[in-house]
Amino acid sequence: MIKAILIFNNHGKPRLIRFYQYFTEDMQQQIIRETFHLVSKRDDNVCNFLEGGSLIGGSDYKLIYRHYATLYFVFCVDSSESELGILDLIQVFVETLDKCFENVCELDLIFHMDKVHYILQEVVMGGMVLETNMNEIVAQVELQNRMEKSEAIQNLSPPYLCHLLHIATSSRSLRSSSSIHLNVPPAGLSTILTPTRHPQL
Amino acid sequence: MALKIVKGSIDRMFDKNLQDLVRGIRNHKEDEAKYISTCIDEIKQELKQDNIAVKANAVCKLTYLQMLGYDVSWAAFNIVEVMSSSKFTYKRIGYLAASQCFHESTDVIMLTTNQIRKDLSSPNQYDTGVALTGLSCFVTPDLARDLANDIMTLMSHTKPYIRKKAVLIMYKVFLKYPESLRPAFPRLKEKLEDPDPGVQSAAVNVICELARRNPKNYLSLAPLFFKLMTSSTNNWVLIKIIKLFGALTPLEPRLGKKLIEPLTNLIHSTSAMSLLYECVNTVIAVLISLSSGMPNHSASIQLCVQKLRILIEDSDQNLKYLGLLAMSKILKTHPKSVQSHKDLILQCLDDKDESIRLRALDLLYGMVSKKNLMEIVKKLMLHVDKAEGTTYRDELLTKIIDICSQSNYQYITNFEWYISILVELTRLEGTRHGHLIASQMLDVAIRVKAIRAFAVAQMATLLDNAHLLTGNMQRNGICEVSYAAAWICGEFSEHLENPMQTLEAMLRPKVATLPGHIQAVYVQNAAKLFATVLKNQEGNTDSTAAQETIQLMIERLPLFVQSANLEVQERASCILQLVKYIQKLQQKDVEVAEEVSALFAGELNPVAPKAQKKVPVPEGLDLDAWINEPPSESESEDEQPKAIFTKEETKHSRPRHIEVDEKELARRREARKQEQANNPFYIKASPSSQKVYQDTPGVEHIPVVQIDLSVPLKVPGETQHQGLPMSDQYVKLEEERRQKERAEKKKKEKKKRKEKRSGRGKRHDSGPESEEDITPAHMVDIVTEEMPENALPSDDDDKDPNDPHKALDIDLDNLGEMAGRRPLADSEKLPVRSHRAVEAAKSPVEDGEAETAAPQQPKKKSGKDKRDDKKKDKDKERKSKDEKKKKKHKHEEKEEDLLRGEVDEPVVQSEGISQVAELPTSTSAEVSDLDFWLSNAPVPSNAQEVATVVAAAEAEAPVAEVVSGAAQDSEPDEPKDTEMEETKSSKHKKKKQKKEKEEKEKKKKKRHHHHHRHSDGGGEKSVQNGTVEEEEEPLPSMSNYCLLAENSYIKMMIEDADQVYDIQGNLQDGSQVVVSIIFENKCDSFLKSMEFNVLDSLNSKLQRPEGSGPHDSLTVPFQLPPGVSNEARFVFTVQSIVMPQKLKGTLTFIVKNEESSTHEKLDFKLHFTCTSYLITTPCYSDAYAKLLESGDLKGSSLKLEGVNMPFHHLLARICFHHHFSVVERIDSCSSMYSRSIQGHHVCLLVKSSGQTVSIDAKCDEPTMLGNVLDEIKQTFSQC
Repeated sequence: MIKAILIFNNHGKPRLIRFYQYFTEDMQQQIIRETFHLVSKRDDNVCNFLEGGSLIGGSDYKLIYRHYATLYFVFCVDSSESELGILDLIQVFVETLDKCFENVCELDLIFHMDKVHYILQEVVMGGMVLETNMNEIVAQVELQNRMEKSEAIQNLSPPYLCHLLHIATSSRSLRSSSSIHLNVPPAGLSTILTPTRHPQL
Repeated sequence: MALKIVKGSIDRMFDKNLQDLVRGIRNHKEDEAKYISTCIDEIKQELKQDNIAVKANAVCKLTYLQMLGYDVSWAAFNIVEVMSSSKFTYKRIGYLAASQCFHESTDVIMLTTNQIRKDLSSPNQYDTGVALTGLSCFVTPDLARDLANDIMTLMSHTKPYIRKKAVLIMYKVFLKYPESLRPAFPRLKEKLEDPDPGVQSAAVNVICELARRNPKNYLSLAPLFFKLMTSSTNNWVLIKIIKLFGALTPLEPRLGKKLIEPLTNLIHSTSAMSLLYECVNTVIAVLISLSSGMPNHSASIQLCVQKLRILIEDSDQNLKYLGLLAMSKILKTHPKSVQSHKDLILQCLDDKDESIRLRALDLLYGMVSKKNLMEIVKKLMLHVDKAEGTTYRDELLTKIIDICSQSNYQYITNFEWYISILVELTRLEGTRHGHLIASQMLDVAIRVKAIRAFAVAQMATLLDNAHLLTGNMQRNGICEVSYAAAWICGEFSEHLENPMQTLEAMLRPKVATLPGHIQAVYVQNAAKLFATVLKNQEGNTDSTAAQETIQLMIERLPLFVQSANLEVQERASCILQLVKYIQKLQQKDVEVAEEVSALFAGELNPVAPKAQKKVPVPEGLDLDAWINEPPSESESEDEQPKAIFTKEETKHSRPRHIEVDEKELARRREARKQEQANNPFYIKASPSSQKVYQDTPGVEHIPVVQIDLSVPLKVPGETQHQGLPMSDQYVKLEEERRQKERAEKKKKEKKKRKEKRSGRGKRHDSGPESEEDITPAHMVDIVTEEMPENALPSDDDDKDPNDPHKALDIDLDNLGEMAGRRPLADSEKLPVRSHRAVEAAKSPVEDGEAETAAPQQPKKKSGKDKRDDKKKDKDKERKSKDEKKKKKHKHEEKEEDLLRGEVDEPVVQSEGISQVAELPTSTSAEVSDLDFWLSNAPVPSNAQEVATVVAAAEAEAPVAEVVSGAAQDSEPDEPKDTEMEETKSSKHKKKKQKKEKEEKEKKKKKRHHHHHRHSDGGGEKSVQNGTVEEEEEPLPSMSNYCLLAENSYIKMMIEDADQVYDIQGNLQDGSQVVVSIIFENKCDSFLKSMEFNVLDSLNSKLQRPEGSGPHDSLTVPFQLPPGVSNEARFVFTVQSIVMPQKLKGTLTFIVKNEESSTHEKLDFKLHFTCTSYLITTPCYSDAYAKLLESGDLKGSSLKLEGVNMPFHHLLARICFHHHFSVVERIDSCSSMYSRSIQGHHVCLLVKSSGQTVSIDAKCDEPTMLGNVLDEIKQTFSQC
């Protein structure tokens, strides 16, 4: 089970939080701070596993994270998940974001937190991995966006909701570090997609 | 572009959207909080508008603010409004907000039930999808109950997108509403073979998650998963399955044997590191589970270790980390294979990554031997010096101490070295572990007698060197060490070279800055030293030294008399007066030294921490009895019941206290341990197996050998000046010593002297490196801890910090886990029907017919829940059914067949508890399937093994049958004659015993004991009967023994598990169950080396002697000549008693006759019913009434049809088999009471009219009650 998914930037500012277990808002913020503290002091070339912080987890839980440009993607998982599998899952998630937002950068996450949530919902549901096939995820997200679009046109909804139609168009002009692309290298995902040969018994 | 302009202009007119909010917050970096609060005001205004679009926009913004830490629960109702919008766009916003901020105590969730149900059945798959996603985050028990059926329907939705979500969310539903697991499980199982890989993966995910907590319930799925494993191409699914197998193999070693080959193939073939890693992990789990049975898997172990070495050597830090992690699992069972990679692991200690260093440290623990301990610790000491950051350094410190003290200092050959290491560790500034070092010093000084002189010298130096006293006393944990130092110097002051100097050091003014408890020890031990000095000086003609000492005491003590700490003050003033008095006496030339030292005479021996608890209560002492009767509140007329009532009350309050406060208890226990660690009068136990079996407690019997001090006693201060840290010197000296010894030994061997150093041989063979035969520098007797004489050797607290079950144990407490555990009960429910169930499962055609036979069943069950939407649901169900039929899936049918099976079960129908009663599933059928599948495994299994497996499986039926058959007949003196078929065996046994009586005088004692037990049981029963019925005919007294398992060699009879609850102990110890088993030799050969083993479950564990591993078997303490039987008792600890338990076990034995001896084994299953946890406890009617009025108890009821027996027989049966006592009986109505070993009250009201018996029951633990009622039902269904 995944207990929580946190995305924050190099300064610890949350960009998306998704807890699959109830914590009060104050607790959530504390967890983010603690996790940031743990993760940020680690070099980029050390391992991506951390034995959980005191707030979230306990002995059965691990923090598994990846660092892309300005963002940390942290998954808190228990021992039923495969460590390397989750690392691949993070990669899938970020690659999906990259596809949906066309060269994703932190700004996309800042201004479209809701969209990121919708994408995440197609990957993880209630703390369990729902789908790992990137094409399937992207297809479902796009179908839902199309539905929203058609609703907006049919029902002449107020124009300010039109932004929902334009994924990854606005805000790019802002000059800040947050516009650095996450540079998602297409990793050779071993867990996902690669079929293996099987022993015949 | 045009759109943007329009948008911009309208924005200004209306409200901010999410982007505007974000932009605004970014532009107001200085006064963010203020800006947000104005935004929240705006949002509140927007929420008041009628336009749903405006509301949705506001809710969307709230979701963002929630992420920033703002509580938005006040808008919960608005969120529900947005959720119920008909537009997908808004609905999605609403559900997202709900999933982010709703939780179980959000009250508006109640309002969402119908909306969610509507969305779930929406024709638009994304409406359904969004509702499922949202629900997965905020499902409550109520929602789960109300929607379970709808979600179950969705599991067979046409769209795989919905199916996979529905399958996944079922796990959450199970957690919140455990009752749904059983009805939903068959369909969930089907989804394992869904054509869509996503759905399949979801189903695997859910079942793995369920099975992880309660693996044994899912053993029956192993063949299916095995098939999936060999057919699936999805690595995610493979990983999950392989992980699941890792959890299953400890329960079923045969499964492991079957797995090894495919897993090995996967390891060789896969390119995915993640998959490879999980395969290695599971292979390790398999090998661990096999390690007791089959030794020859060194090839597999080698493969694993090799692969792991590759991982560890990889430049990828992640792989390195995981490699170390997996290595530590191998270490537990195959330390040798890991030890050969010591170099690699030591190398990892230097890694820059802390996660990796910590993992490597864990590994070190298991890698030390006598040979390399010093070297490894030396390396760690270097790290301690280098480590920046106190956390890692503290971790190192504890690891050093752990490593050295493990297995009762098994690997330490030179305690002088160890003491000097401890002394060096005291130089760590700001460590939190001062008390740990202190307790080690105390432990070593007390338990290793030979080292005392050295220790005292070192401690004296420590006291003299002020470095412990520097710095901030309160913060500096290291000052705890001075506590140990002062105590050791005082207690063993006879070893001091210069007690006068030490005394002076202990009374320095600076001592007054130490914490109070340490000062107190200083003062007390100063007195001890004073006594020693006086004694030493007594003979001298020149009394100036003594005078000086007295003067010193009189000068310095007043400082402590003024102490603010009460303890210090009190001790100081006492001692000061004493010293003054002594001074007076001395001036009169009276010899006082003898008397003064008598104050501190006597030696302290280490006492095992459990010793106190184990002291048996002397005969005739009733700890529960009042010393003085408590004053009665009012002068009541009715004396007797009053007193009893108060007694009942106390009983009542105890269990509740225990139940609630498990955590609190653990905390207290921890605190107590801490306290003991700091208290010189307590010695921490170290896990040792020797002490347990020691026959003669007491130190007198242990030979104390003098040390020859090959090492000059030096004090750390001086050695420091020489530049070389002193422990290093010991390392060198030790090396030299060992070399010398080796050379000497060779010489000796050559000369073949008869005088072998037998004295040292004992220590030779302990430790893994017996090849190196390192003798300790000096003989050290590790004084064993004292235990009271007849104390039980084993005890519950297992100190292994790496016990994987510990984490799970905690999990088991919460309700969610109960869900998963349910199916376990299933297999126990239908033991008789296994054959038919197998057939049914194998012929789907019959299933179809079965459906028509019992078509109404599922609806009846869930009817209550879905009354409101009943019609709709029915239609839906029908529709989906039709679809399915077209597709030739037999989902529904199978499920209903299952339910039908239950109906057919020859059991009286129950109403109120039907949900619980329906628990039995097809697992029993599957278990035999599994046995078949497993027995086909390429294992060295002969046909006979299979036969015994089947025998074992079938043996359960008699268990129940005999129990029910037992009370039926009424021949008080000859109970055996009229028993049912199976119990013939017990008759047989009796006869055999008679034979034995004639033949074997020796065994007489044991058998007598056995007979006693029988008559005890009978006696107890007749007492019960007395309470049941005075005037009616006496009821049969009978043996509870019934067949457990048998084969052609041996028969095992089990007595209905009876409980012993610790009379003196607290109720947490009350979860012990004693099982008596009679072993009977049926063949003509001699049976010996019987070993009894049971696979522990999380809940129930066989108590094994301390020091043995969790899979070790117990030796049955006797051998069986042909035709002889004997009884052995085994103690189990059980944590939760609310569920019945079934444990698998094996008896291995050697059959020996003239020609040959063969190894045989016999599998059996131990069945702990909930009933067996009940203790017959009398209860008076007024206390009983009070109990019922208290309202703490939850009710349930049961109806039995067609019971043909006199009412008093019925009562007797309940009393006898289910350990109840009759409280009151009026005609054909009776109230009964019983109490569980953990103090649950169970009350029954039994009414009989004609052939119908109705039982209303109340208990403070509904699950337990349900199970007890089931068992009662079972009892009567078999008559």
